[in-house]
Amino acid sequence: MRGLRKEFTVRVKAGRLRREKRTVTAVDGIDLRVERGEMVGYIGPNGAGKSTTLKMLTGVLMPSAGEARVCGLRPVAERTRLALRLGVVFGQRSQLWWDLPLRDSFDLLRHVYRVPAGEHAARLARCRGLLDLDEFLDIPVRQLSLGQRMRGELTAALLHGPEVLFLDEPTIGLDVVSKQAVRGFLAELGRAGDTTLVLTTHDLADIERLCQRLVVIDHGRVVHDGSIAALHSRYGSRRMVVAELDAALSVPPVLPGAPLVRAEADGHRLVFALESAGVAEVVAGLAGLAALRDISIVEPDIEEVVARLYRAPAEVGG
Amino acid sequence: MAEHLAAYRALLGAQARSQAAYRTSFVVDLVGNVGATVFDVVTVLVLFGVTRELGGFTLRETLVIVGLSSFAFATADLLVGNIERLPRYVRTGLFDAVLVRPLAALPQLLLMDLPLRKVSRAVFGLAVLVVAVGSAGIDWTPARAALVVVAPLAGVVFFGAVFVTTATVSFYWIDSGELANSVTYGGRDFTSYPVTVYGGWFRTLFAYGMGFAFVSYHPALALLGRADPLGLPAWVGWAAPGVAVLAAAVAGLAWRVGIRHYRSTGS
Repeated sequence: MRGLRKEFTVRVKAGRLRREKRTVTAVDGIDLRVERGEMVGYIGPNGAGKSTTLKMLTGVLMPSAGEARVCGLRPVAERTRLALRLGVVFGQRSQLWWDLPLRDSFDLLRHVYRVPAGEHAARLARCRGLLDLDEFLDIPVRQLSLGQRMRGELTAALLHGPEVLFLDEPTIGLDVVSKQAVRGFLAELGRAGDTTLVLTTHDLADIERLCQRLVVIDHGRVVHDGSIAALHSRYGSRRMVVAELDAALSVPPVLPGAPLVRAEADGHRLVFALESAGVAEVVAGLAGLAALRDISIVEPDIEEVVARLYRAPAEVGG
Repeated sequence: MAEHLAAYRALLGAQARSQAAYRTSFVVDLVGNVGATVFDVVTVLVLFGVTRELGGFTLRETLVIVGLSSFAFATADLLVGNIERLPRYVRTGLFDAVLVRPLAALPQLLLMDLPLRKVSRAVFGLAVLVVAVGSAGIDWTPARAALVVVAPLAGVVFFGAVFVTTATVSFYWIDSGELANSVTYGGRDFTSYPVTVYGGWFRTLFAYGMGFAFVSYHPALALLGRADPLGLPAWVGWAAPGVAVLAAAVAGLAWRVGIRHYRSTGS
């Protein structure tokens, strides 16, 4: 329905996936709500239940318990209707026709999703420009490099103008250039603001580049849900300012909002953590105390934080 | 629905073009595939080299049974047979890919992997049927003329239903291929001969428990105007379409239940 409030909800409370005669709980009671236009990074270690969640949200798997709504629809019961409004990229699955030129897959998907020719052409033209598809559009998919294929998969997922895009490991195995292309493209998509994007990844650079919101799951449970900044403040990881001085100071400097973390190289190198203070304040404060040779800013290592999260999920809680 | 048909037609076209990418092997397969069906017919001819009757049926009568069976099996195998590759679809992720599209899963799988090289077999089966029916000395009535068209199609639907039903077992038990084959290929062999050559519980199970007697044996009796040596009434020969519809309904149900149990392979 158009004209109504456009908002979409995901609520999953699921559990117990049976495999090999053992009952394994892959996803264990997850509650999430994702608003329209949000870009959410969904991360967790291998086997945490990321793919399983996406499969339940796309109607591929049926939740054993709980319920999910995507675009207001029930994924399994209303699978084909929902599919028209979803774009899905499973990094290790393909939506493309292996033996046909990439162009043919796009044309086939136009029929499968029943997209008017004009709309389809317009979207394809946009993807061709942003993802540089032209050089391999006429090559059979089986001959494409992984990076080329992934750009094709992304295009394939978007040609019907989905409201929600689910991406499972979209950058896995890609070289740096392809990763940049994919990220840049997704960032562009996010800026347009009318596509909701949920992405799982092992590459946290994807998240830092793309997502305002980060959901971390482990053992099928949410262990963090919030911004990346919130994750850092919660686990004490901060941006650092490293100042190289011409001469060591006799008294350790005290800067408001930026405690000194450590001094290195006989006091020639000082490391401050940015808490409430900004970089400019720290630099200004230091410049009044000593002659500065060099200043560098070290971004917090999100991998480190997340690794700690994975190791100790019990302490943190949702 | 019309727009869905356009989508399915596009999938079929894509499959044809994909196979055309391997033209030489396609031609080789096309020829090679006739082999198996020719073999079925030759077996019957060889048998009649040593006997004048088989289970109370002459060569010409038996060939009607063989023709019905060959055409029905080969055509069903062409259209639906590849669903036995369901475990592979699950493993390679094709099944997941199909499930995120706005179309029914089963027709997509069938069309995306339609083995066009098996066309030769279905055509050969049809040729056997036409020759057999033409030379059997059938006393044609309007009802028999209708039956000779409907019964082979009912046989196709029936075998198609068997393929789908047995394939759904792999939703629960991934290595069920051998069991599925024993039913489908066993069923094909069973329908190539008059059921009178089989005996005991085996005949009861395949002929009436699973319904294979309605593919070729009973329709052939009705076409030939013969009473059933086993004593079933004459109308049973006309029941094939009803049995096929029932089998299709069972297959549809099995598929729907199977898909609900599908747990995916994870990634």
